[in-house]
Amino acid sequence: MPDILMSIRNLRTYFYTYAGVVKALDGVDLEIYKGETLGLVGETGCGKSVTALSIMQLVPNPPGRIVSGQILLEGEDLLKKSEEEMRKIRGAKISMVFQDPMTYINPVLTIGDQISEVILLHQDLRKEVLAMKIEDLRRKLEKVEPTSGSARDFNSKIEELEKKMNDPPKPSKSDVKKAALKKTIETLKLVRMPYPERVVKQYPHELSGGMRQRAMIAMALSCGPSLLIADEATTALDVTVQAQILQLLNELKREIGASILIITHDLGIVAEMCDRVGVMYAGVIVEYTGTKALFRKPLHPYTQGLLRSIPKLHKEMERLEIIPGSVPNLIYPPPGCRFHPRCLYIMEMCKKERPPMFEPEEGHYVACYLYGQRGN
Amino acid sequence: MSATETLLEISDLKKHFPIRGGILGRTVGYVYAVDGISFKIGKGETMGLVGESGCGKTTVGRCILRLIEPTSGEILFEGIDITDIDDKQMAKLRPKMQIVFQDPYASLNPRMTIKDIVGEPLFVNGIARGLELRRRVLELLLMVGLSEDHMNRFPHEFSGGQRQRIGVARALSLNPEFIVLDEPTSSLDVSVQAQMLNMLQDLQKKLALTYLFISHNLSVIKHMSERIAVMYLGKIVEIALKAELFRSQLHPYTQALFAAIPIPDPEISRERIVLGGDVPSPVNPPPGCRFNPRCPKMIPVCKEEEPQLIEVTKDHYVACHLVK
Amino acid sequence: MAQLKSPLKMKSGLSKWREDLEPQVRELRFTIYLLRQSPLVVAGFILMFAFVSMAIFAPWITPYGPEERIWEAKLQPPSSQHFFGTDESGGDIFSRIIWASQLDLAIAVIVVATAMAIGSVMGAVSGFLGGKIDEVMMRITDIFLAFPALILAMTIAAALGRNLTNLTIALIIVWWPAYARLIRGQVLSEREKLYVEAARAVGAPTRRIIFRHVLPNSIYPLLINATLDLGGVILTAAGLSFIGFGAGAGIAEWGRMIADGRNYLFQSPWMATFPGLAILLSALAMNLVGDGLRDVLDPRLRR
Repeated sequence: MPDILMSIRNLRTYFYTYAGVVKALDGVDLEIYKGETLGLVGETGCGKSVTALSIMQLVPNPPGRIVSGQILLEGEDLLKKSEEEMRKIRGAKISMVFQDPMTYINPVLTIGDQISEVILLHQDLRKEVLAMKIEDLRRKLEKVEPTSGSARDFNSKIEELEKKMNDPPKPSKSDVKKAALKKTIETLKLVRMPYPERVVKQYPHELSGGMRQRAMIAMALSCGPSLLIADEATTALDVTVQAQILQLLNELKREIGASILIITHDLGIVAEMCDRVGVMYAGVIVEYTGTKALFRKPLHPYTQGLLRSIPKLHKEMERLEIIPGSVPNLIYPPPGCRFHPRCLYIMEMCKKERPPMFEPEEGHYVACYLYGQRGN
Repeated sequence: MSATETLLEISDLKKHFPIRGGILGRTVGYVYAVDGISFKIGKGETMGLVGESGCGKTTVGRCILRLIEPTSGEILFEGIDITDIDDKQMAKLRPKMQIVFQDPYASLNPRMTIKDIVGEPLFVNGIARGLELRRRVLELLLMVGLSEDHMNRFPHEFSGGQRQRIGVARALSLNPEFIVLDEPTSSLDVSVQAQMLNMLQDLQKKLALTYLFISHNLSVIKHMSERIAVMYLGKIVEIALKAELFRSQLHPYTQALFAAIPIPDPEISRERIVLGGDVPSPVNPPPGCRFNPRCPKMIPVCKEEEPQLIEVTKDHYVACHLVK
Repeated sequence: MAQLKSPLKMKSGLSKWREDLEPQVRELRFTIYLLRQSPLVVAGFILMFAFVSMAIFAPWITPYGPEERIWEAKLQPPSSQHFFGTDESGGDIFSRIIWASQLDLAIAVIVVATAMAIGSVMGAVSGFLGGKIDEVMMRITDIFLAFPALILAMTIAAALGRNLTNLTIALIIVWWPAYARLIRGQVLSEREKLYVEAARAVGAPTRRIIFRHVLPNSIYPLLINATLDLGGVILTAAGLSFIGFGAGAGIAEWGRMIADGRNYLFQSPWMATFPGLAILLSALAMNLVGDGLRDVLDPRLRR
């Protein structure tokens, strides 16, 4: 049984608007394991982005509010934390990469400044500053005669500093900034940014879309988070650039050891990137299993309909199958199972009570009465 | 070409946008958005135009309708070169060629009701007024799956899919023969997209329409088109019939494009071709073959000479030095 | 041919009108709901409503006429007979303030409405057509905007003759260039929008595109400015009258009344104070309403 990083229980997020109460999330249960890539897939309005915002507690308030539920990160409930505590978590333990890099990067700060800002907010860089000073001295040491007086000087200084490693002194502001910049460049190298030393001095508009998104991923990874949330991170990018970013994320998965929550509407991305996936519809999770199992044998009628309605590159389809009807109004969602008005396999039960999650096969969860009855 | 009559023929179409700079606003450069495009569309056919951002596909669509004036080249619609006619003649031809735009949120005037939006073409062309206009608008709305209740509402009261349908109804109002579909489903959800694509296919059969389907989504283009042209940085790099193109992609860019699209099936593994660099800007196209900086198969001649679009096998055209 | 739900005869006349206006009515109700959310805005509307009613019902609520003088009662402090006291000629200040509201509010509305009308047309045409027309238009507005508003108004009023009508004309001339610029800016961004291109694609002529498509969508920031400007015009008109460029001596106009009261500021402070309060409150009301409208009409906040 893999380690659980985050556990979401019965999350409900509502939006209070002029027209009524929009029940954007109405009882979401989810678990993210350590080191895995979990996909959250669904169409517009299903609540996948709201889930991400709820985890980060960035839901705009008003009109939104997390009404109930628990989000347990390493045993602690995030929903009980104060804003002050959440601020320490955002960017450090959990980071997020958003959809359109052009709109969520600050256009008047250089890339270096923006990433350094995150680092400076969350990390006390005393050790790094000390390490930098030691390295500086070592470089100077290399340039002089090993037996000269200056060499002995440098050596003694190095020894002195190394002794302080366990309790480094408080560094000056400029030193800290230099250390942050160094870390920024390291992180940019991690995301395979070409010419990182140049990029840190550049402004966002000087970079291309793909490079900007890389910079954002760098910003998200700069403090070594346990969870990276990618909310439609590649939707605004061109196909060939998207392929690069997806490849990058796949490689980083192994290198950084963080869990990744990929939120997307593109089932192709899910197939390529995710270990497990949750399908969302109208504010609830309807199917939840490993990726291969989902595509090989989709159980929920909505998932089946979804897979049959996308034009496929590798298969010929005369006519696309459509799911009849349309996404429900979340102010007045249908009673019982939210999908029942559009479902081909509807039964009486479906109209009355919302189905719980059944597990017809090991590790494969479906919220549908086709696979069980209440009380099973 | 095939036995069907050619409805539209484009020859060496170019559109260069001047970049103005300096104190006097002189032209300091050009955006070579479309730089020599030629192809034919037969009557009743759906031609797919696929490419990434900056390749010029949207500009091609607008040039054909003369919403933007082409810099040079010929556009033959039913044999008439429309780049060469005056405004009056163009106004007569306009009803025959219409366009559905990509963004359903921006392409409808937010201060006009649906009745006015769909009825506007009829109104400005003097085809219908008053009650007759209402009748026609209702007919069109029914054709795209909307109803009479929708006539007196504002665009913001509708979903993206419905708005796109309104856009289609507007395009159909003048009984066109040819419709440019500029990324009509790119901003729609998957299930709504399926409905829209089915509807477009039905309308094509029912009304004998010819489509130019522009998109960056290869799966959608594959589903809708009979022939497909791949564009890169203002030029066509490959044109072929759908089946042929899917069987064998000859141009390295086409190959990379196919390989880049995530396939919704985890069992399938493909050759990974990930292109380095970003999609370049059409302001300073590289010399020689436009694709050479990113091409994994580049050879020296690619940097010097631009390859011409030549017929390599029957009805399969490629512009690449490696393919002869 | 498709059948309309309701038969032919019902669609004419009043019911057709009602149906056509229905979407606008819905929008209006939503706007009112949003406006009700802020107590300050509601206060502004109430105040504005009070002033307008004051102006309309002046003949019925004033105990004395605007020019009525009771020489024996001059310079009297506020009392039950004269709520705000009397001025140096025996005129009842309370009544005169109410009568003055007719003038001041009328000037405000006329100036703003006319300036808006002229400015929108000029700005829209200039912004949409661009090129030389735009350049010429912008230089013209530059010329007008180069002068400080007050000085320009004074010059024009002096040239035409010092009375209220000429003051109004002068203010219109001073105010329209700003609107033209504002509309031009909006038009420049709207004309690139997709729905404009769509209108061209179906064959709409330029005139229709400017007035039916672009202008209605560009007008919102203008409306908000206009409401705020109502207050601004009242202040400016009062200021100019105070200096002597507008209302002649003795006319019931707030600025003029303050001017007249200036000489008696320490003996009979009520002469200048109450008209001053009237100006303050009316301008405040317009500002609150303008603020409220701005928040409410922002399309992003509406959805």
